[in-house]
Amino acid sequence: MTLSQLEVGETGIVKEFTDLEMSVKLMEMGCLPGEEIKISRIAPLGDPIAIHVSGYQLSLRKFEASTIILQ
Amino acid sequence: MKADIRVALVGNPNTGKSTLFNILTGLNQKIGNFPGVTVDKKTGFCLLPDGRTAEIIDLPGTYSIYPKSKDESIVFSVLADKAKGMVPDLIVVILDASNLKRNLLLYTQIADLKIPVVVALNMIDVSEKAGITIDVNLFAQKLGVPVVPISARKIKGIDQLKTTIAYANKIALQQDTIDVEAIAPRLIAQIQNEYKTDNPYFALQLAHQHETLGFLTTGESDRVEQLEKEHSFHSQKAQATETIARYNFINDLLYDTVKKPETAHDETVSNKIDKILTHKVFGFIIFFAILLFIFQAIFSWSAYPQELIGDLFLWMQSAISKALPAGPLVSLLVDGVLAGLSGVLVFVPQIAILFALISILEDTGYMSRVTFMMDKVMRKVGLNGKSVVPLIGGFACAVPSIMSTRNIENWKDRMITIMVTPLVACSARLPVYTLLIALVVPDRNVWWVFNMRGLALTAMYLLSIVSAIVVAFVMKFILKSRERGYFIMELPVYRMPRWKNVAFTMYDRSKTFVLQAGKVIIAVSIILWVLKSYGPGDKFAQIDKTYSQPRYTQTMTPDSLSKVIASEKLENSYAGVFGHVIEPVIKPLGFDWKIGIALISSFAAREVFVGTMATIYSVEGDADKMESVQQKMHSATNPDTGKPVFTLAVAFSLMMFYAFAMQCASTVAVVYRETKDWRWPAAQFAYMTVLAYSASFIVYHLLK
Repeated sequence: MTLSQLEVGETGIVKEFTDLEMSVKLMEMGCLPGEEIKISRIAPLGDPIAIHVSGYQLSLRKFEASTIILQ
Repeated sequence: MKADIRVALVGNPNTGKSTLFNILTGLNQKIGNFPGVTVDKKTGFCLLPDGRTAEIIDLPGTYSIYPKSKDESIVFSVLADKAKGMVPDLIVVILDASNLKRNLLLYTQIADLKIPVVVALNMIDVSEKAGITIDVNLFAQKLGVPVVPISARKIKGIDQLKTTIAYANKIALQQDTIDVEAIAPRLIAQIQNEYKTDNPYFALQLAHQHETLGFLTTGESDRVEQLEKEHSFHSQKAQATETIARYNFINDLLYDTVKKPETAHDETVSNKIDKILTHKVFGFIIFFAILLFIFQAIFSWSAYPQELIGDLFLWMQSAISKALPAGPLVSLLVDGVLAGLSGVLVFVPQIAILFALISILEDTGYMSRVTFMMDKVMRKVGLNGKSVVPLIGGFACAVPSIMSTRNIENWKDRMITIMVTPLVACSARLPVYTLLIALVVPDRNVWWVFNMRGLALTAMYLLSIVSAIVVAFVMKFILKSRERGYFIMELPVYRMPRWKNVAFTMYDRSKTFVLQAGKVIIAVSIILWVLKSYGPGDKFAQIDKTYSQPRYTQTMTPDSLSKVIASEKLENSYAGVFGHVIEPVIKPLGFDWKIGIALISSFAAREVFVGTMATIYSVEGDADKMESVQQKMHSATNPDTGKPVFTLAVAFSLMMFYAFAMQCASTVAVVYRETKDWRWPAAQFAYMTVLAYSASFIVYHLLK
C-alpha cells in the first residue's frame, strides 16, 4: 500500500520508497522509514495532497506520494 | 565599514531568519551579488556588546546543505570557499523551536563542517504556547554549542544572542553528530588527502557537489569524478544513508530534551483556516477575490503618487528649460535623462504596492496555499504552482516579476515562467491601450452596464493571460529538461504578517527595480534622444532657416511655430529616417513611418508611445494631456489617400503589436541577468516579435 492510496484523516507508517531520487528529497523533509504520516487534506482539484509528518505540514503531488510504501 | 568578525545566518525557510537579520542589522544593510551567480547577497553590520562590529551575511533559507535550487546552492559555496575569503568566522543556525526535528537536519550538516556555531532557538514563545518544553541547557550540552532562546518577532533574547556572538569561541567545539567517514571511508580519506582538508564532511561534500562548485577547477572536479568511479560512489545512495543516520541522531537528541503534547495548538488553528482557504469552492472564490483586490490596488492606489511623480518631472523639465539657455546639453538633460528617469520612477508606486501585497501573502503563509491549489492547473500548461506569483506581478512590471522566479526550483518551470511573463499586460502598456481605445472605441454602454471601452481594455488583459498560458503550453514541449519536476513543499502555519518585513520588501524591490531597470532605460533614453535630435546632412539647419522667414514668424504664435519645427525636425532626424526605412516592413500591419518612429522609441519603455505621438503630431498646448494627443491623432489623415490614419483596424493592429512585442529594454536586460545566457533573451525577443507581427497582420486584415 502506498501513501497516495490513503484517504483524508487516515494515517500510515513509512516502510520504504520505490524511487531513490525522490526518497532523498522526502527523507530530508522528514518522511523517513518508521515515521507516521497523516493525510491532512487534498487540494481542491484532487492533486497535490497535504500531509502531517514530523510535526509539520508538507504538501506533495500524488505521484510523489505513490513512491512512499507504507507498512 | 570594516568588520571585526564575519557571521553567517543559516536556517530553514520560514524560521524567521530574515526577521532576525533585519533586527541585527537594522537598516544598515546592503544587497550585492555572490560572485559569479545572480543570487542576492544580503549583508549588514551589527555592533556587538564588546564594541566590535560584526558583518552579518544572510544566506538563503534551505532545508539541507544539498541544494535543490540556485539560491540554496550558495549556502555550501559560501561556507566552503576558502579562496574568496567569504568563509564566516561564526555561523548562527536559526532553529524553529516549534518544529525542531526537521530544522535540526540542517544544523547537523552545518555542525559537521566544523566552523564555530551558535544556535538561535527562534519562536520560543510560539513553542511554549503550544506546550512544548525544551531543556535548553541539556540541549546545548548535547550539541556542545551555545543555544540562545529568542523570539525575533517579539524582539526577545536578541541582546543575549549578540553577547553570545561576541564571546563565542574561535574554534569549533560542537559534538560530532554522525560518523561521516562510515558513509564512504576510502573515498573520503583519499579526497581529504589530495585536497589537504582535515574535515571528512567537507571532503564528502566535494564528492557530492563538485560539479556545481565554482571554486574547483575543471581539473580538480574531473579528479573527484574519477575517484568517485574508482570507489563506486553513488551520490544519492550515500545521501540517503546520511539522512537516515542524521535523523537517528536527532531522534535520540530530542528524546531527552524535548517534551511535546500530542497535537500542537498552532497547527489546529491553521487547520481550521485551511479548511476555508483551500476549500473546493470558497478557496477559489477567496483567491480570485484577492487577485481582484491586488489588481485594483495596483491601479487605483498608485494613480495619485504616479501623477505626482509625473507632474514633478514635468515641472523640473520646464523649470530647467526656462532657467538655462537652450542648447544640446540642456536638451539632453531635459529630454533625454530626465524623461528617462521619469519613465522609471513613475512605476515605483505600482511596484511598491505589488510587492507589499505579495510579501503579506507570503508572510502569512497564504502564498504556499495558492501554490498548493493551483499546482495541478499550472502543471498542465508547463508551469508550476509557484509561477502564479510572477505572473500576477507581470501586471505591474515584468522586471521585478522575473527576478521573483528564483524560488522556482525546477529549471524548466523557471525558464518557461521567465519566457512568458513579459506577455502579461504590464502597466506600461496601459497608457497605450487607453489612448488607442479612446481613439476608436465609442464611449457607449452595451447591455446597460458594460462600457464598451472598459470591455475592450478587459479583453486586452484577458488576451495577455491567455497568450501567456498558450505559449507556456507550447514551450512545455519544446524545452528539454534533464531534471525531474517535483513538488515537495512545506505548508507553514498561518501567522500574522510582520509589517517591518513588508515595509522592507517594498523598499528593497523598488530599489532593485530603480537600479536594474533604471540603468537600461536611461541609457536607451539617451540613445533615442540622439536619434531624435540629430539628422543626416544639413536638413535641421534648413528647417531652422525656412521657419525663420517672416511669413512664418509673423503669422504663427511662437509656441505653435516651435511645435511645427519640432515635428518637422523629428521627421528628418535619424529616428525619422529609421521610421521611413522600416515603413515597408510595417506597412502590411497598417502602420506608416510616423508610427514606426513611435515603435522604435517605445523600446525604452512602452508608454513613451504617447509622448512620441504628441511630438510627431506637434500637439499644441499641454502635450501630456491624453485628450489633446487624441484629438490630433483623430484628425490625422494619410496625405496620399486623404483618409484618416487611425482607423479601427490600425488602432487594434497597433494594440496587438504592443501586446506581444518585446518593446522593453529593461526586460531584455533582466532576462539576461537571470539566465546568464544571451540565447534566452534573444529567443524571447524573436518569438515575441513573430507573435506580434502575425497578430497585428491578422487583426489589421480582418478589421480593414
